[in-house]
Amino acid sequence: MTATVLKLTNRNDTWQPLCTRADLVPFSGVAAWLNTPEGPAQVALFYLPGHAQELYALDHFDPFSKAYVIARGIVGDIKGSPVVASPLYKQHFRLEDGQCLEEDEVQLRNWRVAFKGDEVWVEG
Amino acid sequence: MVNHTMSTPTTSSNTQKLIIVGNGMVGHHFAEQLVESGALAGFEVTIFGEERHRAYDRVHLSEYFSGRDAESLALCDGDYYHTHGIQLRSGEAVTAIDREQQLVVTEQGHYAYDQLVLATGSFPFVPPIPGNDSKGCLVYRTLDDLDAIQAAAKNATNGVVVGGGLLGLEAANALRGLNLDTAVVEFAPRLMPMQVDSEGGELLKEKIEALGVQVLTERATQRIEPGDNSRLRMVFQDDKVLETDLIVFSAGIRPQDTLARECGLTIGERGGVVIDDQCRTNVPNILAIGEVALWNQSIFGLVAPGYQMAKTAVATLTGGDICFSGADMSTKLKLLGVDVGSIGDAHGNQNPGARMFRYLDPLTQVYRKLVVTSDGKKLLGAMLVGDNSVYDTLLQYYANGIELPKEPASLILPQQSGAAPALGPDALPETAMICSCHNVTKGSICSAIDAGAADLGSVKGATKASTGCGGCAALLKSVVDHELEARGVEVDKSICEHFAHTRQGLYDIVRVEGIKTFSELMEKHGNAETHRLGCDICKPAVASILASCFNEPITDAAHVPLQDTNHTFMANMQKNATYSVGQRIAGGEITPDKLVVLGQVAQKYQLYTKIAGGQRIDLFGARLEDLPAIWGELIDAGFETGHAYGKSLRTVKSCVGSTWCRYGVQDSVGVAIQLENRYKGLRAPHKIKFGVSGCTRECAEAQSKDIGIIATENGWNLYVCGNGDMRPRHAELFATDLDDEQLYRPIDRFLMFYVRTADRLQRTSVWRENLEGGLDYPKEGILGRKPGYQR
Repeated sequence: MTATVLKLTNRNDTWQPLCTRADLVPFSGVAAWLNTPEGPAQVALFYLPGHAQELYALDHFDPFSKAYVIARGIVGDIKGSPVVASPLYKQHFRLEDGQCLEEDEVQLRNWRVAFKGDEVWVEG
Repeated sequence: MVNHTMSTPTTSSNTQKLIIVGNGMVGHHFAEQLVESGALAGFEVTIFGEERHRAYDRVHLSEYFSGRDAESLALCDGDYYHTHGIQLRSGEAVTAIDREQQLVVTEQGHYAYDQLVLATGSFPFVPPIPGNDSKGCLVYRTLDDLDAIQAAAKNATNGVVVGGGLLGLEAANALRGLNLDTAVVEFAPRLMPMQVDSEGGELLKEKIEALGVQVLTERATQRIEPGDNSRLRMVFQDDKVLETDLIVFSAGIRPQDTLARECGLTIGERGGVVIDDQCRTNVPNILAIGEVALWNQSIFGLVAPGYQMAKTAVATLTGGDICFSGADMSTKLKLLGVDVGSIGDAHGNQNPGARMFRYLDPLTQVYRKLVVTSDGKKLLGAMLVGDNSVYDTLLQYYANGIELPKEPASLILPQQSGAAPALGPDALPETAMICSCHNVTKGSICSAIDAGAADLGSVKGATKASTGCGGCAALLKSVVDHELEARGVEVDKSICEHFAHTRQGLYDIVRVEGIKTFSELMEKHGNAETHRLGCDICKPAVASILASCFNEPITDAAHVPLQDTNHTFMANMQKNATYSVGQRIAGGEITPDKLVVLGQVAQKYQLYTKIAGGQRIDLFGARLEDLPAIWGELIDAGFETGHAYGKSLRTVKSCVGSTWCRYGVQDSVGVAIQLENRYKGLRAPHKIKFGVSGCTRECAEAQSKDIGIIATENGWNLYVCGNGDMRPRHAELFATDLDDEQLYRPIDRFLMFYVRTADRLQRTSVWRENLEGGLDYPKEGILGRKPGYQR
């Protein structure tokens, strides 16, 4: 059994502002830089105004094409779950957890994301 | 996929030398069947063709005059034979067969054979009329004959066809197509005496005369002599005369059996090489197939029985056990635009006790006749003039011995009189012949479906059904749909899970209800149980429909999320997430100044440049953030987007045309530019490509485009539904000799029809193949019967 180093962090400290509501494209995606403990990441932000969950943040990196393109995909829903389709090879990724619908073992990184007023905050 | 069994390795010592004499439709089919049988390895095959062209589609010969050339009529690709190791010797006529030494003799040499297949076909019968060899007396059988007719027509104003049968009427149509005043002279008391009776013949005559073709029946030509006002004069039995510039004899065919006769094969009393059920002649290693072969005292002058003989002969040579057992001579034709159908014993004179039903409508000029058994239970034959819509149903009753409805007359009465419904695919037995050109039964269609063919296209690919004359297209579709449904393959035409409509259905809804946004369409017509966001299938499709109907800017907030990234950024995303930028270079014409700007922009933003397939210069490797600046500079220089990403007009390819080219007869570049500017931005179900060639050399490859335009001396010929992609398809002639003005209207209408009715991502070529009624359907609507558009 290996020892686990417990590190106490303040939850709110990891949330960071990324952009504002005006930077988003309704029912579509935009890409943004996010600082994470592992280094900077490209995040794809999706905005579904009027829906129960309005904001989603997935990795902008498409593991199939190995290119940063996820934010430029078409947003939709398949069997009730909001998804984005990769603009290159058209695989679908579930917005809520990044799960690929075509390949079980592929899942995109995803972050918690919320509005604070008109600002978009992501837990990095 | 078919499982290929391993063929036994053969050495040259046990391959047999197989010679095929004749490279017509049947001779070619024999070679094709041999290739497909997998037994080719056992033979060293040589084909001799008397004509200089390789095998071509003689059934559609008359289209040669409406713009098709020898290449597009050819039955196979130019390298087909070579690919399969078959030697084709075109333009080398066989002059003798030496049975003793098993040699075929031509002017060029002697060729040994182990097995010989005679597929020499037939030659046109020219009645023994004095003067029948005068200049201007021609026949209608080969492409060379057609060239001769065309040449003779240049200095002619009128022409006469001798023979009012099937081929005669074809020839009359051809003369009419050459702008000649045309008359048909028939010896019998009516036209098409083999197929129709006197009532039918009368009706046919009326219809054909209404088209401006003069019909003279019961006329025997006594002699042909030089005319006073025209080149020739025909003198008839009662000393009446008819002056004409050219005469085409089309009074039937005779088997081309000279070679067989001279080498001592058994010949029928009235010609033809006698064959048995295996297509063997009296000499075991000589077979005969097609129109030269006489089976059971009959010559079969249709292509389908010829194909069956070809298949039989292949089996005979390769150890198969197929027998030729005669063929059904039922035919369905459209001659000079008039439907004629003949099934089985159409005259009712081969079955004693047969009873007949007749229906004649003098107003719509429709005649139908049924010949039934004395108990009224089985169909023995039928005759149709003016309307072939019930042909398929009647043929199935006849061919499969299906019991007739209680009142057989209901089959030929107009619908409102309580006519029997058409025989559904359900009622057909497994043995029912669906495609007689390729011998495809309902059973083989079912097998293809069971083997995995899941749509019409795959069934066609697997069985070849409906790829011959195409007459069975509608029947095939109904059988396939029915069989798929019967297997629980729900033929679900919904575009995706969000809408239970086809693209066409959505288009109609949008148009009729004036719906202008995706959300409104989803609100009113979406599937309530789904989440209603749409998906990457329906969103771009609806975006395209909305753009086709209302053409609002796609930058409007409501439309932005519907589009692919390519539309949003007016560039094509490449695999590394950069974009390529393609400008519109209408007709491929570009100024030096613009070329300089392209070079400067490419240097500045470090872009890779490539002349793309559509005669324009694409700039690759543009980063997303540079796109606005790149477009800024391009727009300042007068460029606009080339929609290289759009399901819309891509490019209009053109040759350099009459301005520069010594062969050009029209200004192809000018027209290409006008067309490109007219249709650019038209949103469609899929991409659309045009080509404009300034002469028949066709350097712009217009026949591989959705819309192809080829210059003629009189204007432009319009072709539609070609494709050069994965599945190449020659475009089909749609209208001829249009002037610059007349060109736009049929294209406008054709594109409208395509945009409204095609499926999502369906190119015009596939759309056309699924079009019920074929191209005639849009033709009628678009061209109407207006003179000037198409003769």
